[in-house]
Formats: sequence, C-alpha cells, structure tokens
Amino acid sequence: MGRKLDPTRKEKRGPGRKARKQRGAEVELARFLPPEPETGRKKLSSHGRKRAAKRRLGAGGGPAGRRPLGGAGEREPPGRTAHGFSDGNSKWLAPAKAKKTQPKGNHVELSSDGEVEEGSWEMEEDGSSEEMVDDYGASSSEEEELLPIEKAALKQKPDREGLSEDDSEEEEEEEEEAEEASKQKMGQKEEEGPDLQLNLDIDEPFKLPTSEEIEKEDILFISEPPDLHAIHQRIQGNMEVLQDFGVKREEGRSRQEYLELLRRDMAAYYSYSDFLLTKLMDIFPLPELVNFLEANEVPRPVTIRTNTLKTRRRDLAQALINRGVNLDPLGKWSKTGLVIYDSTVPIGATPEYLAGHYMLQGASSLLPVMALAPQENERILDMCCAPGGKTSYIAQLMKNTGMILANDSSAERLRSVVGNLHRLGVTNAVVSNCDGRQFPKVLGGFDRVLLDAPCSGTGVISKDPAVKTNKDETDILRCAHLQKELILSAIDSVNAASETGGYIVYCTCSIMVEENEWVVDYALKKRNVRLVATGLDFGKEGFTRFKDRRFHPSLKSTRRFYPHTHNMDGFFIAKFKKFSNAIPQAQKAALSPVPDTTIIEPPPKKKKLEGSKADKEQKLPQPALKKKRSLQAQRRPLRA
Amino acid sequence: MRPLTETETRAVFEKLGKYIGENIQLLVDRPDGTYCFRLHRDRVYYLSEKLLKLAASVPRESLVAPGTCFGKFTKSQKFRLSVTALDFLAPYAKYKVWVKPGSEQSFLYGNHVLKSGLGRITESTAQYQGVVVYSMADVPLGFGVAAKSTQECRKVDPLAIVVFHQADVGEYVRNEDTLT
Repeated sequence: MGRKLDPTRKEKRGPGRKARKQRGAEVELARFLPPEPETGRKKLSSHGRKRAAKRRLGAGGGPAGRRPLGGAGEREPPGRTAHGFSDGNSKWLAPAKAKKTQPKGNHVELSSDGEVEEGSWEMEEDGSSEEMVDDYGASSSEEEELLPIEKAALKQKPDREGLSEDDSEEEEEEEEEAEEASKQKMGQKEEEGPDLQLNLDIDEPFKLPTSEEIEKEDILFISEPPDLHAIHQRIQGNMEVLQDFGVKREEGRSRQEYLELLRRDMAAYYSYSDFLLTKLMDIFPLPELVNFLEANEVPRPVTIRTNTLKTRRRDLAQALINRGVNLDPLGKWSKTGLVIYDSTVPIGATPEYLAGHYMLQGASSLLPVMALAPQENERILDMCCAPGGKTSYIAQLMKNTGMILANDSSAERLRSVVGNLHRLGVTNAVVSNCDGRQFPKVLGGFDRVLLDAPCSGTGVISKDPAVKTNKDETDILRCAHLQKELILSAIDSVNAASETGGYIVYCTCSIMVEENEWVVDYALKKRNVRLVATGLDFGKEGFTRFKDRRFHPSLKSTRRFYPHTHNMDGFFIAKFKKFSNAIPQAQKAALSPVPDTTIIEPPPKKKKLEGSKADKEQKLPQPALKKKRSLQAQRRPLRA
Repeated sequence: MRPLTETETRAVFEKLGKYIGENIQLLVDRPDGTYCFRLHRDRVYYLSEKLLKLAASVPRESLVAPGTCFGKFTKSQKFRLSVTALDFLAPYAKYKVWVKPGSEQSFLYGNHVLKSGLGRITESTAQYQGVVVYSMADVPLGFGVAAKSTQECRKVDPLAIVVFHQADVGEYVRNEDTLT
C-alpha cells in the first residue's frame, strides 16, 4: 500500500480511455518538464521520463507514505490474507511478488507495451519469496541503497505497465459487479502466470449476462452481425466456469443458464442449428465438443487407396512422387492407403488414376471393408454402394473371384459406380438398381453383406457444412427408420449356414446415437444375430447406454471414429454374425435355407420373406434344417 | 439381358479382331472359367458364366451393368468399342503404339496422336489398322486406328496425324455419364 495518497482521487493509468483524460495542469506539465539529473543512471526512454515525472509529482507525499509501510510491512504479513491486502483494496489489488534485483535492469530498455509481459510474468513465477512488497518492489528487508522509488524507475517500469493495466481494468469492472467470485478468480489468475495475456478479457471473470442483456443481443443481431471475437471469448470463459463450477459460479445462477448461454454462443459462432448442437452436447463432454466443432471447420486430409488388382502401393507411391505428389502411407492399420499432403498435379486426373491404379477414398471408408473381411469365392452384397469405393475394395480383397452384387437405389449415382468399377478393373461385380428394402426378395443367400446406410451425415460436416443447419429431429428419425428397415433386409439376405460367412457389417458416416447404437440394438432384438468384434483395434467403443436408453452390453464391440480424435470422417461400424436363418417372430415362418451343395446357383425363386407353412413343411426332411430347428429354439444369447 | 445374335456376334468379333487378331478365343476360354457376351440395353457385356447366373436373377429394369461393358451398338447397328474394354484387349494387342510423355496428356484429352508425339510403333502396322495406345511406361491409354502405316510414319512430317483417336482412359473423367 502506499501508492495512492488520496483514496478518493484515483488516477487512471494505462492505455484505457479514462487514462487519457486530462488531469490538471501540473500533472500535464510534469510530462514535459526535463527529468531531474540523476547520476549513475541509465538514460531513460520517453516513457521512463514520463514515469519519473509522475512520481516526482506524487513524490511529495510519496516518501512520507512509504516509510510507514516499510515499518508496517513486518506487521502486515500476519494480518493479510493469502489473496489480498488487509486494507479495503483487496478487491482489486493483489500483492506483487517479491522483487528482483539487478538482472531485471535489462528490461528497462523495453519501450513497447507488447514486451512488458515478460517482466510481469517473471514477477509471478518468482514465487520463492512471498514476502510483502509494495508496488515499487520495496521489500521489508531494505537491502538496496536506492530508494524504492528510484529502483522502480529503473526496473519496475515494465512491471508497472502490466500491473497498471490490470488495475485500470479492475477499476472499470468494479463498478459493474460486486460478486465475490471475481476476487477469487483474480487471485487464482495471479498464480496462472504463464496464461496471462495482454488481452483484457482473460483477467475479467466470466459474468453471465442477464436475460435482458441476451434479448438485447438478439435485437442487435438482427440489425448487425454478431461480434464473433466477443462470442468466442465468452465461450471460453463460460467453459472455464463450467469446468470448475463449484468454485467459479456466480451466486444464484444455475448450471442450466450457463449451458444455455454456451449453447447459443456456440450455435452462433460455429453456425450450427440449436437442435444439432443440443444433440452434440449430449454426446460429447464439453472440452471434446469444442475440439469436435473445430475439427469440423477444417477438411480432412486427402487419402487414396491403391488398387492392388493393377499395381502395388510401393510402385504407385513411386510413380506419384515422380509426378510431384507429396504422400505418405496411411498408417499401420492399412496396407493400401496413402495420404496426400500436397501435389502439383490434380490427384483426380493423373494418368495413374485414369489407368485405375488408385481410388480417391476417405480413410474411414476403408474400415468397414476391413471389418467385413471378404474371402475369395464368396457371394457378397453391397446394399448402398455408390460411388463404389467400398465395392471396389471388396473386389480387390477377393482378387476378382467370387461375386459381388453392387446395389444402390439411386440411378444417377450408379453411373459413378459403373465408371469406377470399370476403371479399376473389377470383373466380378453386377450392378443393380433396387431399393435395398427389396432384398432378399430380389436375391438372397449371400455370404456377407455390407450396409453403408444412408444417414444424416453428421460425421462428415467438414465435407458438407450444410448439414449444420438443415438437419432436424424429423430428418434424423426418418433416417433411423430407413436404416432399421435396411438392416433387417440385410440380415435376412445373409445365409447363416454359409461356411465362410454369415456376417453383416453395418456402418454409417454419422455420430448420432439414434442412427447408430439404436439401430444396432433394434436389429439385435429383432433377428437372430449377435455382435462380434470388428477387428479394428483403434477407435472409440460404441455407447452401451445413452441418456435414458440402455443398449445391449455387446455394443461395446462396435466402433466409433471421430474427426477430432482420429483425423478421419466421423464413422460408426458394427459387425454382426447371423447364427440362425429363422426369424424370431410368431407369425413368420422360417426362411428356407440355401442348399449347401450349390453355392453358386441363385436361390430358388420360391424363397419368400413370408413363407407359407407348406413350404416349411416341405423342407423339413432336409438334414440341414434339423440343425436349424435346434438353433431356432435358441434365443439370442446374452453376451457380456 | 440376352445372348447376342449371329449378326451381332459377327460384328463384335470383327471389331475385336481389328485390335487383337485371332486371339479372341483367348477371351472366351480363360483358365478361370468360360466367359460370354451378353446384350443388355444395346450394350455388350463380357462376364463369366458364374456371374451370369447371379445377373440373371436380378430383375431386368433394375439391372444396370452385368460384368464389363465392351461397347455398344449404335442406332444403325454398328458396334462401337468403348474404353472399358481396354483391360481385356491390351494384353492381347497385336499392334501397339507408344506415345511420348509430352503428348500423353493431349491424347487423354481426346486428341489424335501426331508424329511429334509418337514414341514407338509396332513393325508392319498396316494403314487403318486398329492399335492399342500405350504410354512409355507401358500403361495402356486407349484405342486408336493407325492413320499411316509404319513405313509412312517414318517419312511424314511432325505435325501429321499418325493415330486416330478412338477411345482413351480420360473418358472415365470426361464422359462418366455416358459409360452407362
């Protein structure tokens, strides 16, 4: 204490508006008076001279006030609290940590405000000596010859700058609010030395605006665009409070209000609809949510998949490097993927691309096919195949043996499927244009089925930002309904008795629980399937419970991928194994199994979804069916 | 989807013969099974017998592409070979033309090959002979028709056309919609 002589007359210091107001003739004149000649002193900068002038002005009462402090200093430590002075200034003034000696002298030459923080930061970090010092760094020990005021002129100038800014800000704050949280926050802020920035808002504790202020903002929003920087700051401040709610909250404001404000701010800053943001807040914890939103603003790296039917990854990488492409293998988990950093030629038009040596494909699209693990000479159904990346990957894993039925319900998108399959040299595929729900009536008895269901696309927001705003509750539920129908059709199209197969892989490029875990859980209830491990050892496990819903525990084997954790598009993958061809429903008769002898032949046309009882009895004598009858009796076994 | 008639089969084999000569038999009897041609919506498809069984059970309106498309019949019943057949014809090609790296791009845009872009050409290529165009790295780029015989190619000036463009892999990007 001791800087102010007259508590009723506060002088504003620092770059703020109030500091620039004129203070009176003698004060103003003192700026231009020549500095007093002092020997053995370094030449002061213009700033230093101004300070010296100011101090001279207050010097009349200064030294007189200082001595008592010097003496009182020893008395004070027992009296002062850990975080403030014992006088009435504890609200806005925090004690400076013990001061440094000569080494600080080199900071005197600093004249720009930008560099002053170093001095003030060092001030914080030098926490070894916690003794009480006044603002000019006078310690009670009084070792130095120079008066504290003169020492201050030498070394404390940078520190003063930092402190004075805080002071001016606190003074402004003080008029606005009187919460106790601010004191504590400030005290804590002092310890977080490295986080201090010149930015005023950081020191300013987060204050939840009242509903009137929010309404005012809404009105303003209509007339002018929102201040994004301010919103961003507010988001950060809000998150900090929410992280440590017990300590940093304001009295009388509930957590809900903070969350509500956060939601609105995030929706405004990242341009999301309220609905979508609410959903995301349910799925992600707050710090992860920010990472997710930030990751959605940035596109994922371009990746390609080598077509092993025509070339090898090594040769392809060499050829592309010769063309001037900067690339790297995708990761340990993929033997065919390459990630492109930058390229002098367009990747989608190189002669190697045209010759079918590679396919442009997202990294996450490789995963469901790896989970499916198609074997040679199998019959595979790809229910929603456009634009054909996964289908061609299946074909290359099967080395063009066996058969693939590539189906999609959209005729225009099928054109790209045909183009891609021809370009990549896939010969074992038949392309069809049916609605996926028509399977298995059209054709059934496959060994494996891949269902990349149409979804809301919330995992690929970075590719299509329109998803941020145009999805609402009905869209999600409609997608979920379609996905449920498709997954039942997919399960029915698989032959559980197949020797090498019997697997269904369900995947979506969405992160919504309604489209992922809910659909999978529905399938587990409705059909004789169980979840098995996908074979992908990285990725987050799917949820087994979410809000008020509880899913089957085996959902832990499903995998979720996020843009902010894995740097690939958001994805969800689940792998089922069908253990019985029977449909567990009272009215429905069992599906007739495909005869094991002729795997190649398409199943007889009389196989229908709602089989007649006569059909069932006809098939009874078959030995294969006897095994299935025992399986029919089994319900879906509960696996942990 | 139906098998080809006599006339159609003759037309197709004639066209294919222009590029691969008598090796057509190799296309039909392959070590991994018998392959056949089928006609679907005026396009000729090449597929194995196993795939045929699967494709036959798909309803006709929903079937888009059984196997690999080799080409299509025009309205006046002429057979036009498409680039999608390249993978099958390239290994059996009798007459080949190699294009220099500089004019690779030009061919891929659909232009004819000029003498200045000609790298190599098979000996004794007759005029108007069907050829398969390769890049210098032996990557097949497309089909063409020799505008000049090999002897003439040596004598002609650099800006003359030596190979007429018929189909190239750049069509996968340029004409994606018309492939099917």
